[in-house]
Amino acid sequence: MLKILKYSFFDLIRSRWSYVYFAFYLLLGFVLLFLNNDVSKAVITLMNVIIILVPLMGTMFGIMYFYNSKEFTELLLAQPLKRTSIFIGQYLGVATSLSMSLILGLGIPFFAYGILKSEAILDFSFLLISGGFLTFIFTAVSFYIGLFNENRIKGFGYAILFWLFMAVIYDGLFLISLILFEEYPLDTFSLLASMANPIDLSRILILLKLDISALMGYTGAVFQKFFGTNWGLIVSLGVLLLWVLIPLLLIRNKVLKKDF
Amino acid sequence: MIEINNLHKSFGKNDVLKGIDLVIPKGNTIAILGPNGSGKTTLIKSILGMVQYHQGTIFLDAINIKKGWQYRKQIDYLPQIANFPNNLKVSELIKMIKDIRGKKNTHENLYIDLFSLHPFLNKKLGNLSGGTKQKVNLVLAFMFNSPIIILDEPTSGLDPISLLVLKDIIQQQKAHGKTILISSHIMSFVEAVCNEVIFILEGKIYFNGTISALKEETKEDHFEHAIAHLLKTIHA
Repeated sequence: MLKILKYSFFDLIRSRWSYVYFAFYLLLGFVLLFLNNDVSKAVITLMNVIIILVPLMGTMFGIMYFYNSKEFTELLLAQPLKRTSIFIGQYLGVATSLSMSLILGLGIPFFAYGILKSEAILDFSFLLISGGFLTFIFTAVSFYIGLFNENRIKGFGYAILFWLFMAVIYDGLFLISLILFEEYPLDTFSLLASMANPIDLSRILILLKLDISALMGYTGAVFQKFFGTNWGLIVSLGVLLLWVLIPLLLIRNKVLKKDF
Repeated sequence: MIEINNLHKSFGKNDVLKGIDLVIPKGNTIAILGPNGSGKTTLIKSILGMVQYHQGTIFLDAINIKKGWQYRKQIDYLPQIANFPNNLKVSELIKMIKDIRGKKNTHENLYIDLFSLHPFLNKKLGNLSGGTKQKVNLVLAFMFNSPIIILDEPTSGLDPISLLVLKDIIQQQKAHGKTILISSHIMSFVEAVCNEVIFILEGKIYFNGTISALKEETKEDHFEHAIAHLLKTIHA
């Protein structure tokens, strides 16, 4: 598996798109810091970008790499290698190289600005951790979608649809249900509903770390009560981890049954 | 030795293999013949573990292949369509496959010489012609010197000179006591390199024996006519 990971990783590192992705974050980091002159504010703006863009990039790169390496995969399947290590190796290669672009791209400008001495270091590392999680989650899901669709156009469509649902439609449905059932106690429901979506979960985690939950009113108080504690933090990270592990498990099961 | 018992495989409603029983003894060279869509490639891919069969068993040297992937170390496989990562150079691809298989003493230089591939070593695979890709494919298939060789349509896209080279290589491998399985539509090629043939139609084996036995059974002098005769009697 490590060999496959190595080849996938270096294959991506050499590709132009990884540099574009890296350069984008580098530019974004520097520009935000120069315009804001305040690390905390820059983190908030970055959060809004990361929460939407990272899942999109994970999805796009994941599905593109899956289809582009189809020939390579077929070649590997006839070699003395375990099936699961071929796919998991490729997945880890894509997800790690994307996470590296993110962490280095944002890390360098913030480091240069002196994040290590600032109080926002914890918020910033939270931002990077949730960004990393989102990359791993959405790449895994797009690999899974790719395994089911021989037709590239369909695969792309479903993958983008999944991103759109998680990033936009889910929130809409969530808000509608909150309005429809406003006469009922919704604390538990809203907690569970935000846990079920990794994008929402990451957003809440970062917002609460930034201590601006007061802006969110009553819900903010409820969330603070749960997510603000160490227990809430552990549960949330656990849920994010589950969001990585479940698609991986599904990939494994599908790969073991599939004909090539 | 490869032993296949009652192998069944279907893709959806399409039954491709309907109970294949076959024993390939060590050191034999066997050709799998049959019209397009008769299940040749599916049979080969089942042996390689790329296709998951529903029923039946495949044993390779008395080891059930469903139980693992290690057995593929003994197999060299030439896929029917040479699909390679397009952004790699020929030399990089060879190096990579060597690294992945974890074998050091390989014979790639011998086969690169035989197929005159030196001018192409630093070219990207995406820029190669179909025939040259097939030569690279052949180098990858032969360089590991494994005891079992499976060739799916090895002649496709090859020029006459390379075809002669390929025939020589197969004869040498036979002399080394390798077990060789070839699927092909070129009857003259099959007749030149194989002693035994199996004939598959619609997922069943209709003939399994030597070429001379086939000619005797069908009372035809030519191998091609014998195969045509076999097809006619099955359909009649």
